[in-house]
Amino acid sequence: MAIIEMSGIKRHYQVGEVLVRAIRGLELSVESGEFVSVMGPSGSGKSTLMNILGCLDKPTEGSYVLDGIDTRAAGPDEFADIRNQKIGFVFQGFNLLARTSALENVELPLFYRREGGPGRGGRGRKGEQLERARKALEEVGLGGRLDHKPSQLSGGQQQRVAIARAMVADPAFILADEPTGNLDSEMTLEVMSLFQELNERGKTIVMVTHEPEVAAYTKRVVTMRDGAIVSDRPVAERRRAAEDLRAWQAEHASLSGVKDEARAS
Amino acid sequence: MTAAKLVTLSARSIFRNKMRSLLTSLGIIIGVCSVIVMVAVGQGSQEQVKRQIAAMGTNLIMVMPPRGPQQGNRLTTADVKKIREESSYISAVSGVSRGSVTVVGGEGAGEEANWSTTFYGVEPDYLLIKQWEVASGEFFADKDNAARSKVAVLGTTVAAKLFGSEDPVGQRLRIGSQPFTVVGVLASKGSSAMGDDQDDVVMVPLDTAINRLSRGRYMGSIEMSAVKEEYMDAAQAEITTILREAHRLAEGATADFDVMNQSQIIETASATSKTLTTLLAAIAGVSLVVGGIGIMNIMLVSVTERTREIGIRMSVGARRRDILLQFLSESVILSLLGGVAGILLALAIAAALDKLAGVPALVQPGVIAVSAAFAAAVGIFFGFYPARKAADLYPIDALRYE
Ligand SMILES: Nc1ncnc2c1ncn2[C@@H]1O[C@H](COP(=O)(O)OP(=O)(O)O)[C@@H](O)[C@H]1O
Ligand SMILES: [Mg+2]
Repeated sequence: MAIIEMSGIKRHYQVGEVLVRAIRGLELSVESGEFVSVMGPSGSGKSTLMNILGCLDKPTEGSYVLDGIDTRAAGPDEFADIRNQKIGFVFQGFNLLARTSALENVELPLFYRREGGPGRGGRGRKGEQLERARKALEEVGLGGRLDHKPSQLSGGQQQRVAIARAMVADPAFILADEPTGNLDSEMTLEVMSLFQELNERGKTIVMVTHEPEVAAYTKRVVTMRDGAIVSDRPVAERRRAAEDLRAWQAEHASLSGVKDEARAS
Repeated sequence: MTAAKLVTLSARSIFRNKMRSLLTSLGIIIGVCSVIVMVAVGQGSQEQVKRQIAAMGTNLIMVMPPRGPQQGNRLTTADVKKIREESSYISAVSGVSRGSVTVVGGEGAGEEANWSTTFYGVEPDYLLIKQWEVASGEFFADKDNAARSKVAVLGTTVAAKLFGSEDPVGQRLRIGSQPFTVVGVLASKGSSAMGDDQDDVVMVPLDTAINRLSRGRYMGSIEMSAVKEEYMDAAQAEITTILREAHRLAEGATADFDVMNQSQIIETASATSKTLTTLLAAIAGVSLVVGGIGIMNIMLVSVTERTREIGIRMSVGARRRDILLQFLSESVILSLLGGVAGILLALAIAAALDKLAGVPALVQPGVIAVSAAFAAAVGIFFGFYPARKAADLYPIDALRYE
């Protein structure tokens, strides 16, 4: 079943006299359970596409059916509810609330959950919400960092908090705009292995990246240029992030082992 | 989002910036406080004026010699007698003859005390008319008047000056050069609305005063009570008729007396202080509005500072209303806290004014309720624009804001 069904999508920005055509006629269909990476040079419209996919922005033209909902008729409140119930966001800059604990950051989508939402009906009680947020943090391996503020966490840990937040409300799919853009290679592997794990458990993920090595962990690569899709093909040799992470850590450990020895002598 | 969550959320962000929140609500604190204190002082003095007027008797009618350079004082005891006999609207009437005098007392104790005071030559009805009470001893009677007895009833100030803590009843004193016997002491009335000491008096029988102290045929005034407040106008008209007849005034001739109504004076007095109270409250209200503008200013800064937060909240599903309510409740809580602090401060100041400075201040529950409501209204009014601004942000613009 298609979760994302886009056709004839255009997004124009009027900047003074100039009309910027960020997206010019785009067709995209994503099935449930896919793991798609969107690639392309800077300015090719990847973020614009993600914003439209995430119901943060409306296309100038075209139709977008999300999990059976035609978004053309939706107003700001419906958009807010779709974001709340159907979509989990992971951003390049993490976008966590500062001075707020990891647990409360993860709880945030449940905070805005409305009565009669699909999936789970009604507002959860406070205790139940906290429990779900705690479980989501445990799943991303941060069960011991519940009360840490973002400033007390590493970039990789912050991004994992963001992923926990994206998952906590059990959305139809996760959108990630350059989630590894601000991370070093070990953290990148941590995040990618987490995404792969989620995808294996059935979560649909659409992710922007400009690194081919990162795209290699996904199942399908969509390439954009000048606001249109120029190629769309499955990943031939899919890599496993968890394995690469172990390999990297082993190498790192032996390196630091050498260093330790050097220091000891 | 439930109300409880909303309040928690707002309270947290208010307490996160304690200093800023305090400074922001300072305007409201000062505004609410000054409104309450101003109204309290206004109503306190209004209440005091009313009390004193009630103490004077609201049914009071006074006949006085005309003001201005007309012919001299012609009020006589015969006038009093005629009013007493013919008037149907008057329940009590007394001639009053008063003047300054030096009293000397305490001879019995061996040590003399001098005191300058005012003597009032009155008739026993005067007690009723002015609502005086006798604290010890008794007031003189009609027969003392007829006999021109040299008896005196002292106000507490005079009693204290002449006799200290001793009981003056039965003691002797000199009024001017005449020896008198003290037969009673009046209950204290305190100071008047104008601030003078009402207890600084010596009362003697009217005829005694006219014949032994003033040494003139005429009296200063005639004071009386109407039977009921409703009959004041009728009573005044009647007194005018009786006195014109007594003075044999021709039709159309200018009266050689003025009939005055105490309640009219009272009305003007309390109307003036009411206007003053309203004016003071309005000025204080302006400071509340200025406080509101302070809140609006800080909320606008806060919305800009927290644009990213707003974007994040929107991206996880906050509706515009959720954002609006979050900021609105923050400004309302801020101004309500300021309001509560202002109320407490005002209560303290009012109590201090009343107890320590002797300025009458009356804080009425209604004023507290109104100013708390006003503080909340200020929060809503001045918080709405910034909250609207926050809610109207476009999610991607807010998220991208640096
Ligand atoms: N809010 C905007 N106003 C005007 N032009 C915009 C806006 N957002 C994006 N664009 C333009 O749209 C094009 C695509 O931008 P974007 O989607 O951010 O590219 P990418 O994420 O692939 O780098 C760019 O030319 C960019 O300048
Ligand atoms: Mg981009």
